[in-house]
Amino acid sequence: MNGPFSIRNWRAWFAAAPLFLKGYGQTLLISLWGLIFALLIGVFAGIALTGKNKPVKALLRGYMSFFQNTPLMIQIFIYYNVLPKAGIRIGVFAVGVLGLALYTGAYAADIVASAIRAVPLGQREAAESQGLGYAQTLWHVILPQAVNVGLPALTNQAVNLIKNSSVMAVIAGGELMYVADSWSGTNLIYGPTFVMTGVLYLTICLPISMFARSLEKRSVRGV
Amino acid sequence: MFDAWQRAFTKVFTPAILKFLGTGLLNTLYIATVSIALSFLFGTVLALLRSRKLGALTTLAAMYIEAIRNIPLTLFIIGMRFMTKLPPLESGIAAMTIFTSAVVAEIVRGGLNSVNKGQWEAAYSQGFSTVGAMVKVIVPQALRRIRSPLIAQFVTTIKDTSFCAAVGTYELSFTSKIVASHRTIVTAQDILLVYFLVAAAYYVVNFTFSSIARRAKDSDAKGIVK
Repeated sequence: MNGPFSIRNWRAWFAAAPLFLKGYGQTLLISLWGLIFALLIGVFAGIALTGKNKPVKALLRGYMSFFQNTPLMIQIFIYYNVLPKAGIRIGVFAVGVLGLALYTGAYAADIVASAIRAVPLGQREAAESQGLGYAQTLWHVILPQAVNVGLPALTNQAVNLIKNSSVMAVIAGGELMYVADSWSGTNLIYGPTFVMTGVLYLTICLPISMFARSLEKRSVRGV
Repeated sequence: MFDAWQRAFTKVFTPAILKFLGTGLLNTLYIATVSIALSFLFGTVLALLRSRKLGALTTLAAMYIEAIRNIPLTLFIIGMRFMTKLPPLESGIAAMTIFTSAVVAEIVRGGLNSVNKGQWEAAYSQGFSTVGAMVKVIVPQALRRIRSPLIAQFVTTIKDTSFCAAVGTYELSFTSKIVASHRTIVTAQDILLVYFLVAAAYYVVNFTFSSIARRAKDSDAKGIVK
């Protein structure tokens, strides 16, 4: 059998599989760090957005508007090309984590803010009437309830973040998409590469998507 | 410092560079517009297949949607570019349509599901056929509800065209990368100015459509309260 899916091509791909698995691990690692920082940004920005400090809110809105309305690709180009010129050398891994965190954080902030707003005002008043301070009310009463509201959307953002980590192929990021792009380009073996790379991404994203869906169903039933 | 910015301006704002970036912007808009239009067509078909009970076809539509949505768009862009003989822009459109159709299908399905079942029953009771009820009663209401997420998806699609930079398609992101690595563009200020200019172009287009999407969403929310 000839063509892109010949036995020879499949053999070659499986011989190179360890390389792809290394990229797979790198995708997981970048995504995990990106997600951790994106969530931190989301939670702190989300809390600030529902607070009373107007200048901080205006600043955060500006941040969210810029990062949501420009492509991650351009943001990555800026970190990758401009930071070294300004004397800041952080390496591709950190560029990826920074890019993914700031980009996804802008969406997470929106989700966290609306989740906090979805908690009935009476909850805050009840907590305050029991003598809880602002931070205590937030931590013990508001956030635990907001988590239930915001978790499905945040989980979907996690899937987007993992898929978006593929922009790193453009800056030789060493993650799965970079391996797929460069290995297939060098060896001119495209068929198995694309099928197997797709399968590898599915093994990460599909379970998380299904988890998000089950959370959505649960919250609909809860209502 | 100020000097460096001034020099950057005179280097970046030249007719040749602006014209080159302008071509990139037009290609980005072309890829995004054709892709979202085709995706609306195929997405609607997929949504209808998935929401009716048509056996194998329904299962296939569901599998397509779930699989595609959980694979990065970049993979389709690279695959389409190197595994077919399509020219760059068309290959980008094909890849983006494969991917975006699955996303749009879920938007359309959400819209169809959001129309109350009673509307079907009411239409049937008035003597509408299934197709008649669909076209005259359900779709107009569903369209109203998918308007906002669909416009938001157009913004995402415009941003997504930047992934075509991975295969060297002359859309806005790739053209900006070429300009930023031109021999006259050297300092941090030069490069930053190129990318800010391009980011501003994306921002103007996307912010406009994001605002329209938000307004549509707000007016729908008000409609439901009434």
